[in-house]
Amino acid sequence: MYEILSKFAQTWGLGFFVLMFAVAVAYALWPSNKEKFQAAAHWPLDEGEPGDE
Amino acid sequence: MSTLQTRRSSAFASIGSVAAFTSIFAILALLIASHAADPLMGAHAWLFLGLAVVGLLALALWAGSLGDRDPFDQTIYEDTIVKFGVTASMFWGIAGFLVGLIIALQLAFPNIFYFEQLGWTNFGRLRPLHTSAVIFAFGGNVLLATSFYVVQRTCRTRLAGGMWPWFVFWGYNLFIAIAGTGYLMGVTQSKEYAEPEWYADLWLTIVWVAYLLVFLGTIWKRKEPHIYVANWFYLSFIVTIAMLHIVNNLTVPVTLTGSKSYQLFGGVQDALTQWWYGHNAVGFFLTTGFLAIMYYFIPKRVQRPVYSYRLSIVHFWSLIFIYIWAGPHHLHYTALPQWAQTLGMTFSVMLWMPSWGGMINGVMTLSGAWDRLRTDPVVRMMVVALAFYGMSTFEGPLMSVRAVNALSHYTEWGIAHVHSGSMGWVGFISFGALYCATQWLWKRPSLYSLKLVEWHFWLATIGILFYIVAMYFAGILEGLMWRAYNEYGFLEYSFVETVEAKHISYIIRALGGGLYLTGALIMAYNLVRTALGHGAAAEGTRPVDAPAAATLQPAE
Repeated sequence: MYEILSKFAQTWGLGFFVLMFAVAVAYALWPSNKEKFQAAAHWPLDEGEPGDE
Repeated sequence: MSTLQTRRSSAFASIGSVAAFTSIFAILALLIASHAADPLMGAHAWLFLGLAVVGLLALALWAGSLGDRDPFDQTIYEDTIVKFGVTASMFWGIAGFLVGLIIALQLAFPNIFYFEQLGWTNFGRLRPLHTSAVIFAFGGNVLLATSFYVVQRTCRTRLAGGMWPWFVFWGYNLFIAIAGTGYLMGVTQSKEYAEPEWYADLWLTIVWVAYLLVFLGTIWKRKEPHIYVANWFYLSFIVTIAMLHIVNNLTVPVTLTGSKSYQLFGGVQDALTQWWYGHNAVGFFLTTGFLAIMYYFIPKRVQRPVYSYRLSIVHFWSLIFIYIWAGPHHLHYTALPQWAQTLGMTFSVMLWMPSWGGMINGVMTLSGAWDRLRTDPVVRMMVVALAFYGMSTFEGPLMSVRAVNALSHYTEWGIAHVHSGSMGWVGFISFGALYCATQWLWKRPSLYSLKLVEWHFWLATIGILFYIVAMYFAGILEGLMWRAYNEYGFLEYSFVETVEAKHISYIIRALGGGLYLTGALIMAYNLVRTALGHGAAAEGTRPVDAPAAATLQPAE
């Protein structure tokens, strides 16, 4: 059981982590997200009112 | 039914549900109090009952005085609870620093600060009181208050749940009261940073689930589809702490009316669970929550956008995915299998990357506003917090390497490390957030006195330096003394010689803690005067710390 689990962790587990990291980086760098992220970077600057767009 | 009536009835529904829920627990407490198996449980049940009854009476008086006013007006932010949170943070901060100073003096002058007749003043009782007061009472209230402040503003909506946020705030502080009095009476399950017994743990679980629902409910109401990065950090803090708290506190009480319980896990499994919890309490309580503060309060204070929002996304996901595996580095050279130790070490070393990515992102947010470092001591405080964050997240991976750990573990080096992280990073970023929040919540043009902030900044900075330099010195000294052999293969020093060698360091450490506490007292005075609108905080005063470049376009 221990052998099976450690083998699984060292192959599929590693692959899963690399994949998750790739997804996060792709999401962060995806060109169509650029505008959304630039707007979000400015959100703290203005407190706004409840209901503001 | 008119909309006013609908709103009023929904307001009373939420007030009534909180009252009913609290009453159930008050009745349970009464049952336990009357059948308590041990006096400690009896004392806690009466304390809980007393505080719950006071809370219910206050709630009834307040609800009765509402008249036609809608207490949960959706067109304004819920700021009163944040004001309460700021006040509670300052109170617990001073209490926690004071207890820290007392136990530092007990170590430095054991003959003077040892009171044989007062068992509850023993170091063993006061030490968990200090750690829990600064981490959970001070840090926890800062996180509650700032998360409620930030989530409303970045979602452009009032806090969800009507009365329930208040249940979270008072319920959490009730947990703190139970935990703190428990330590003094000797109630403990002997797990570091998880000392409270089973009944306090269950109460905290309930409060925490309510916290999660209030936070999620507020995010749910947001107008913009994107969720701001600070809310991701707060959410990871709330969710992960729930998971850690529940798994590490899986215990079986001896009796439902007694204070004692036994752990479900034993031996090395228990140790691994404890340090999986312990290290992630650092990761998800003292790091992600305070990084959320960084991602909101620094941009807002200097009026510059987040340096790289893309980096903040990579920062978040890599940090949370790596942190959760680092715990085994607390168990080097123990019964834990070597591969698990190596795994903890490897993930700790990898953590350096996201930590420094986040630190750089925070510091570089000052791009175009570097002058604020000179003119605004609040900004300087938050940037120095990031410098300490960078230092302790560099040192942590280093100490997790088995060979370094062989020297550092069990010595004062560990104490130096956690205090550079807690006093430097967590403390300073919290002070910065509390200064900002007080000025903004009470709508003051400035703080009462920036000069007093300067005093606070320098007293606290010098205090930290005294503290950590003394403890680094003591730690490496005793680590080397412990492993020194003479030419016959015997240990060179007896244990008491290593204790004697640290005496001077203990005195310097207490001095540093005293300076840090003095700074916090100055801060409390400054915040009270700011809230009252005195000095530079008076209305109509020209803002002295107004951002000069507020109208400039971002550099992108």
